[in-house]
Amino acid sequence: MSRSLLRLRGLLRKEALQIRRDPSSILLALVMPVVLLFLFGYGVSLDAENIPLAIVLQDDSQTGRDLASRFQLSRYFRVSRVTSLAEADELMRRHVVDGIVHLDSDFSGRLAQGNAPVQLLLSGVDSNRARLIQGYVQGVVGSWATQRADRGEPVARSRIQVRQRVWFNEAVRSTNFLVPGLLTLIMTLIGVLLTALVIAREWERGTMEAILATPLRARELLLGKVVPYYLLGLAGLALSVVLGTTVFDVPFRGSFGALFILSSLFLFASLGLGLFISAATRVQFIAAQLSLIGGFLPAFFLSGLLFDLESTPRFVQVVSYAVPARHFVAISHTLFLAGDVPGVLVPGGLILLGMATFFLLMARRRLGLRLDA
Amino acid sequence: MSVTAALDDRRHASVPIRGTDVAKRFSERGKAVVDALRGISLEVGRGEVVGLVGPDGAGKTTLIRCIAGLLRPSAGTISVLGLDAVRDTLAVRSRIGYMPQKFGLYQDLTVQENLDLYADLQGVPVAERPARYARLMKMTNLAPFTRRLAGRLSGGMKQKLGLSCALIKSPELLLLDEPTVGVDPVSRRELWQIVGELVSQDQIGVLVSTAYLDEAERCDRVLVMFDGQVVDRGSPVSFRERLVGHVDQVHCDDQRIARRIHSRACDLSLVADATIRSGRVRIVRATADAAARRTLADTFGVALEPAAPTFEDAFMHMADARRASNEDPGHHPVVGGSASHPVDAGRVVVRVRDLLKRFGDFEAVSGVSFDVCAGEVFGLLGPNGAGKSTTFRMLCGLLAVSGGEVRVAGHDLRKTSARARARLGYMAQQFSLYSQLSVQENLDFFGRAYGLTGRRLRDRVRWAFEHFGLGQRRNAPAGTLPGGYKQRLAMAAAMLHEPDLLFLDEPTSGVDPLARREFWQRINDFAEGGVTVIVTTHFMEEAEYCDRMLIMAHGRPLALGTPAEIRALARDDVHADPSIEDAFVALAEGRARPIDVTAASGDHA
Repeated sequence: MSRSLLRLRGLLRKEALQIRRDPSSILLALVMPVVLLFLFGYGVSLDAENIPLAIVLQDDSQTGRDLASRFQLSRYFRVSRVTSLAEADELMRRHVVDGIVHLDSDFSGRLAQGNAPVQLLLSGVDSNRARLIQGYVQGVVGSWATQRADRGEPVARSRIQVRQRVWFNEAVRSTNFLVPGLLTLIMTLIGVLLTALVIAREWERGTMEAILATPLRARELLLGKVVPYYLLGLAGLALSVVLGTTVFDVPFRGSFGALFILSSLFLFASLGLGLFISAATRVQFIAAQLSLIGGFLPAFFLSGLLFDLESTPRFVQVVSYAVPARHFVAISHTLFLAGDVPGVLVPGGLILLGMATFFLLMARRRLGLRLDA
Repeated sequence: MSVTAALDDRRHASVPIRGTDVAKRFSERGKAVVDALRGISLEVGRGEVVGLVGPDGAGKTTLIRCIAGLLRPSAGTISVLGLDAVRDTLAVRSRIGYMPQKFGLYQDLTVQENLDLYADLQGVPVAERPARYARLMKMTNLAPFTRRLAGRLSGGMKQKLGLSCALIKSPELLLLDEPTVGVDPVSRRELWQIVGELVSQDQIGVLVSTAYLDEAERCDRVLVMFDGQVVDRGSPVSFRERLVGHVDQVHCDDQRIARRIHSRACDLSLVADATIRSGRVRIVRATADAAARRTLADTFGVALEPAAPTFEDAFMHMADARRASNEDPGHHPVVGGSASHPVDAGRVVVRVRDLLKRFGDFEAVSGVSFDVCAGEVFGLLGPNGAGKSTTFRMLCGLLAVSGGEVRVAGHDLRKTSARARARLGYMAQQFSLYSQLSVQENLDFFGRAYGLTGRRLRDRVRWAFEHFGLGQRRNAPAGTLPGGYKQRLAMAAAMLHEPDLLFLDEPTSGVDPLARREFWQRINDFAEGGVTVIVTTHFMEEAEYCDRMLIMAHGRPLALGTPAEIRALARDDVHADPSIEDAFVALAEGRARPIDVTAASGDHA
C-alpha cells in the first residue's frame, strides 16, 4: 500500500469510528430522515380532509337531502346538519366549522326551473384552505349535478363547467410532492450541518494541529472527510427513497442510475459547502450557525420544497438559482413524478456539477496545511 | 565541492534544528499587529534536550509551531534536519514527532486506534508495527489500557499516549509543547525519564517548552523567552552559577511567621523573588552584595543563611530585572491593607465528614473528611481528575452530595438562605466574567449581585481598582485583558462584598510563574486579614503557602496535614529534605504511609 493510501485509510477508519461512536451523527443521518418523512408524510399535509362543514338544509325535499348526503359521504368533509343559518353562523364564528353550505327552502323548486343557487360561505382565515374547500364543494355539487343529468332529472345548468385533469400527481396528493422535496432537505442536513461541525471540532479539540504535523496532504485530508459523509448521505437518501415509495406510496418514475448520479452531485455540493464553512470558521458554534443560515434555511425556503417559487418576487427567484437545493428539488420532483426527462435533468445536473466543483475547491483552499493558512 | 565543505554540509544536515533570525508577525485585519517572535536564532543538536521557558505569551508555542511548519515565519529561516521548514514542510513532518499542548488525541478513539491512526499518517510499515507498539507501550506502561477510549484516560496517561503517538515513527527530532501541564508529578517524572532514554539511545534532538521551571533543570540547555525574544540561553548550571550569593533562606518553625516574612519580603525592592519551599522562606536578592543581606536580616530580625540557587531563582531574578528596567505593565505590586476581619482562631468554619460523590457507578470522591478553621488557608491538592473540583463544588453547594456531610459556617449550603451564601466569595476555574462588559461594568454587576449599592458599591469598586491594579484598564472589555489581569479581575469580583470565606478553584491554572506568585501574595494578604481561604491547585509547590492541605488522588484522600507534616512523610535516606512533590510521589507510589485521614478531625488548633 502506498504511503498516501495508508494515510487515507487511517483517516477514513478514524472518521468511521467517530461516526459510529457519536450518536448525534447517526441520529442526524438515519433517524432524522425517518422523523422528517413521517412528519411531512402524515403530519404536514397541504391537502385538507375532514373539513368541518355546516349544512343548512331549509329545503327538506328528497332532492335537498340527496345533495346533503353527498357531502356527508365525502371523505373531505365532516358535516354538521343545522336548521337555521343563524345557528351555522354561530358555529363558524366559534371556528367549529370552516364553511357553510346553504340550500334555501325553494331549492328543489328552483332546480326544476334550472336556476337553483347553492350558497357557500367560507372562513377565509387560511386563504389556501378556503380555496381548497371551495374546490371540493364545487366538486361535490358538480358530480351530483352530472349524475342527476345522466338520469334525466332537471339540474341547474352551471355557467362554468369545471373540467379538471391533473397531470403527474393524478391523485393530487401533496405527499407525492413533499417526499421528493424532503430528500433535498435530508441530504442538506447531512451534507452541510454534519460536516460543518467535523473540521471545526478537530480545530477545537486540538487534533487538527496534531495531524497537520504529520506528512498529510491537503487532498487526503479533504478526501478523508468527504468520503465518509458522502456514504452517510447516500445511506440517508436510500432510506428516504425506500420509505417514500413503500410507506407513503410515492411513485418513482425515473431511473435509479440518474437518481444516484444526480444526488451524488448534489451531495458533493453540500459537502463542499459544509466543509468550507467548517474549515473557514474553525469554531463549531459559528459553523453550526452559518450552516443553518447558509445551508438549511435556503434549502427549506428557497428551493421550491414547500413554496412555489414561481409566485415569489422576481428578486427571490434570482437568488434561489444560487441555491443548490433549488436545482435538486426540481430534479427530484421530475425523477419521482415524471421520469427521466433530459430537458430537466441534464441542465440541473450540470449546474450541480459546477456548484460541487466550486464548493469543494473553496474547501480545499481553506484546508491549508498550516495554522495561518 | 571540497571535502571539508561536503563534510560541513553533512554535519549541517544532521542538525535537528537551526533557526536564524526567525520572526513571526500576526496581523489580522481589525486586530492589533502582534510581533510574536522577534529575531530568534537557535540550534538544537542531536542527543540534546533544549528547554524553552518564559511567561505566557512569550512566543514559545509560536516558535515550536514554526519549526513544525505549522506557521510560516514572517522573516528568517528555519532548517530542520537540513531541510527548509517552509519549503520542504512535508518532508520535515515525516521525520519529526510533535506533541501539541492538548496532546492531539482523539478522545472517542481507543488507545490502540489512536496509535493506528498516527502509524498510518506517518507511514509506518505494517510489518514493523507490532514491535514498535510493544516498545512504546512498555515504555509508557499503557499496555493494559490499549482498548480504553483515550477520553477515559487520566491526564498522565493521556500525556503518555500523546507522546507515544508523536514517537510512532522513531522521529529524529521531538517537539513537545508544554507536555506536563496539569499532569500529576509521578507522570511528569516518568515523561522526563522516557525522553531521557530516547535521547541517550537514539540520539534524537528534543525541544520542549515548559511552564514548570524545575523541569528546566533537566534540560541540557535552556532558552529563556520574554516578549518574543530569546533573552538568555545557557546550561541550567550556568544560570545557577550566576546567582551564587544572591539566595538566602530563613528557617521558620511556624508556618504563619514564614508567611509573614514571605509577604513582607515580596514588597521590598531589593528582593527579586521570595518563595516558601520546604517550610523555609527563600529570598533571591536583586544584588549579590553583602550589605543587602544584612539589611534583610535586620528588617526581619532573623538569621539568613545562604542557599544553593536553582534555575527558578535565576529565572525570577531575570524577570525582576526586566520589570525594574522597563516597568513591565503586566505586574502590579500587591498593595496590602485589606479589611481586617476579627479572627476567631480554632472556630471550625467548614466541616466535612465522609464525603461521597457518585456519577453513575463511578465514585468521583469518597471517604473525604476534614475541618477548616477560621483564618486558615486550606489547600486541596492533587493532579487533574483527583476529585478536587468535585469536592470543591460540593463545599460551595454547587453539586449535591451522594453521601456524608458538608457544613459551611454551620449551614448546609444547598438548603440555606442566600444570606449565608453572601458571606462567601467564589472564583470559578474558568473565567466566568462577562467578556463583552468592561472591567468596571463587571465589578458593578457582581457588586450589585451581592447586594452592594450606592456609596458602598462605589467604595468597593474603587478598592478593587486600587488593590488589584485594575484602575487603568477600567474601560477595557474583560475579554481583551491579558491572562494575569483576567485572574485579578475574577478575584476582585469574588472579594467585592468582603466575604469571610473565599473559595478559589484552580486560580493559578494556566497562569505563568510570575502571575502565580503575585496571586499567592494576595491570598496570603487576605488570610492575614482574617479571611478563610479554601483553594485547589495541581501545583504541588503552592501547597507551601497553605496552612494545611488535603492531598487527593483518584477521588480518595491520600494525606491531610500541615506542609511540614506532609513533607515528613517522605523523609528517608534518599530524600533528606523532601518537597511536597516528593511526598506526593512517595504517597502515590505507596512508599510513604498515608496519614490516617479518617481519624483527622477538628482537634488541631
